[in-house]
Amino acid sequence: MNNGEKRRLNGEQEEDDDEDEGNDGGLEAWERTYADERSWESLQEDESGLLRPIDSKTLFHAQYRRRLRTATTARIQKGLIRYLFIVIDLSKAASEMDFRPSRMAVVAKHVEAFIREFFDQNPLSQVSLVTIKDGVSHCLTDLGGSPESHVKALMGKLECSGDSSLQNALDLVHGHLNQIPSYGVREVLILYSSLSTCDPGDIMETIQQCKKSKIRCSVIGLSAEIFICKHLCQETGGSYSVALDESHFKELILEHAPPPPAIAEFAISNLIKMGFPQRAAEGSVAICSCHKEAKVGGGYTCPRCKARVCELPTECCICGLTLISSPHLARSYHHLFPIVPFDEVSVSLLNDPHLKLPKACFGCQQSLLISGNKPGLRVCCPKCKQHFCLDCDIYIHESLHNCPGCESARHSKPEISNTEV
Amino acid sequence: MASVASKLYADDVSLVMVLLDTNPLFWSSSSLPFSNFLSHVLSFLNSILLLNQFNQVVVIASGYNSCDYIYDSSLATNQGSDSGKMPALCSNLLQKLEEFVIRDEQLRKEVSGDGLPSSMLSGSLSMALCYIQKVFRSGPLHPQPRILCLQGSPDGPEQYVAIMNAIFSAQRSMVPIDSCYIGSNNSAFLQQASYITGGVYLKPQQLEGLFQYLSTVFATDLQSRSFLQLPKSVGVDFRASCFCHKKTIDMGYVCSVCLSIFCKHHKKCSTCGSVFGQAQSDASTASNRKRKTSET
Repeated sequence: MNNGEKRRLNGEQEEDDDEDEGNDGGLEAWERTYADERSWESLQEDESGLLRPIDSKTLFHAQYRRRLRTATTARIQKGLIRYLFIVIDLSKAASEMDFRPSRMAVVAKHVEAFIREFFDQNPLSQVSLVTIKDGVSHCLTDLGGSPESHVKALMGKLECSGDSSLQNALDLVHGHLNQIPSYGVREVLILYSSLSTCDPGDIMETIQQCKKSKIRCSVIGLSAEIFICKHLCQETGGSYSVALDESHFKELILEHAPPPPAIAEFAISNLIKMGFPQRAAEGSVAICSCHKEAKVGGGYTCPRCKARVCELPTECCICGLTLISSPHLARSYHHLFPIVPFDEVSVSLLNDPHLKLPKACFGCQQSLLISGNKPGLRVCCPKCKQHFCLDCDIYIHESLHNCPGCESARHSKPEISNTEV
Repeated sequence: MASVASKLYADDVSLVMVLLDTNPLFWSSSSLPFSNFLSHVLSFLNSILLLNQFNQVVVIASGYNSCDYIYDSSLATNQGSDSGKMPALCSNLLQKLEEFVIRDEQLRKEVSGDGLPSSMLSGSLSMALCYIQKVFRSGPLHPQPRILCLQGSPDGPEQYVAIMNAIFSAQRSMVPIDSCYIGSNNSAFLQQASYITGGVYLKPQQLEGLFQYLSTVFATDLQSRSFLQLPKSVGVDFRASCFCHKKTIDMGYVCSVCLSIFCKHHKKCSTCGSVFGQAQSDASTASNRKRKTSET
C-alpha cells in the first residue's frame, strides 16, 4: 500500500506538470525569455470588438472530438503483439540546444513516458533501445517487456558524440527483427536529430531489405525534413514527421503508442498457445524456476508443467509455454470493442421547452444546467440515450472505455453476447 | 486560506463510493435477509461519516436491470427527518432505495425472458469512476477516493470486458476497489479488481457479524491502512474464459491479431476474422466481421 501511495503522489505531480505545459503558467521568469510567449493566441475578439480569453474548455473538447473521429475510423484488426525498436540518435547533433535544455534530454524524457504508455496499451509487446553514436549503432537493451529496465538503461547512457549513421542502425535492427516470430508486428521508431547520415555502403539497399522483411520504419525528426528519412518511411509504410517544439514532439511520439492497424502482409495471423497460471496464496513457499530461489508468497504456477515463476508475462523456463494472466489480455480488449462516439445534443433541441431533458450528467451527477436554469452543452450516447457532461465524455472515451448508461441497462446485453459467440 | 484548506483535506479524508447490490434474485435466496444487511451497512456508513467530519459517502445501487445514485452525503441536508425518529441519512437513503427498487422492478417487466441472476456491477463501477473523476477535477484538494463493492450476486460473464475496462481505469487513476462478497462462492471479478487496484477482498465467514467485518477492514482511510494487518488475498483466479464457449480454461489459444481466447484450435478467428497460418486473410469476410462487431 505504501508503494501505491507513492505512485499516487507521482501521478498527481505528473498531472500538475501537464497542466503547466498547457498554459505555460509554471515557467520561471528566466525560462520565459526562452519560451515562445504567444500571449496573443490566448485571446479572441468577441462580437463587440472586445478582447476576451478563449473559452479553452469548448476548444479543448472540439479538439478531442476531432481526435475521436479519426480514431474510430480505424479498423478492428490491429497488430497487438508488437516488436518495436526505438532508435535514438546520440550524434553530436543531439546536443543542440534548440530544444531546452538539449535535444537529447528532451528525447530521453519523452521516450521514458512513451515506453510506459506503450506497455500500458500493448501489454504483450516488446521494446528494445538502440543508440547511434560516432557513426556506429549499439543495442542498449535487448527486446524485453519490462519498462523499468529500459528506462534505467537509457538514463545511464545519455551522452552524445560523432556522426550519425542511419544505415548502421537499420542493419542492426534488421538483424534482430528477422528472428522474431511471424505473428509479431515489426516496427522501428527512429528519433533523428542530425541533418545527415554517414553510411558505409548503399543505404537504398538497406531500405529495400527492411521493406522485404516487412519492417515498418517511422521517423520523428528534430531538425528539418530529410529526403532519405522520408523515402525510408514511404518505402516501408511508416510515418515521417518533424517536431516543431517540445509539446509537438511529445504528441508525435505518443501517436506511436496505440497499436497500428494490422496489415495482412506485415504480420501473419496465428494462434498462439498460452497458459493462464493461477496466483498462489500469499504466504505459500516454493522454489521459483526462474531465479532458483525459495520464495515466500506471490508467484504463479505453470498449468502445463507446474513450475513456479515469479512474474507475468513470461515464458515458462521448463516447458516453454507462454504464460500470461487474463488481465494482460483484457487490457487491450477495448481496442476490439470500442464504444461509439457520443453525439452532441443540438442547440435547437436544448432550447425546446417541451422536451424534458435530464438535469444532471448520468455519469458523475454534475449539473448540466447553466445559469438561468437553461440546459447547457452536453453529449448523448446514441445507444442508451443518456446525457453526459463534456468532461465525462472525454474520460469515458479515453480512459474508461465503457458507457455507464449502456452498462446499467440489461436489455443491451444479449446483443453483445450473440456476436461474441 | 490555502493552509486552512490543506488542513481540512488532510490525507485521512476519504470519499467512499459504496456499490450496493440490490439484485432481488440474489437476496430472495440469501441466508442473510436484505433488511438485516441494510442495517449493518447503514451503521457502517454512519461510522465512516463519524470518523472525520469531511468524510464523504456516495451510495450507488446496482440492481438487476439498472443502476442509480441513491445517496450522496455532500448533498444531504443536515437536519433530521420530520418525525425525529430516524436520522436523516437513513430516511433519505431508504426512501431513494425504495424508489430505485420499484423502478428496477418495473424495468424487469418490460424486458421479457430470464437472464442470469447477476447484478449490473459494470454499470455502477463505471458511474462511480465518473463521479471520482469529477472529484479529481474539482481541484488539488479533494478527499481520497475509494470504491467499496458490497456484492452478493454471482459474476455475469457478459460483463467481463466492461468490468475489466473499469478496473484498469481505476488502476490508472490510483483508486483502490475494495470488495466484500457475501455470496456463496468467491467472485473472480472482484478478486481481480481488488488485486489489480490494490484494494482488499474479503469474504466474511459469519454474516451476522457483517458490521464488525465492515468496520474493522473497510472503515480506515487509505493512509492508515499501511499500519494495519488487513486480510491478505488467498490466491487470485487469473484464468481466462474462452470466447467460444465461455468456459474457464487454464491453457488455450490466443489470436495474435486481436488476442481473443479460444479453448481449441480454430481455422479462423471469430472476433476479428483473421485466417490463421495464411499470409492473406479473406478481405470480404474480414470486413463483414468488422461491421458486425462495430454494431455491438
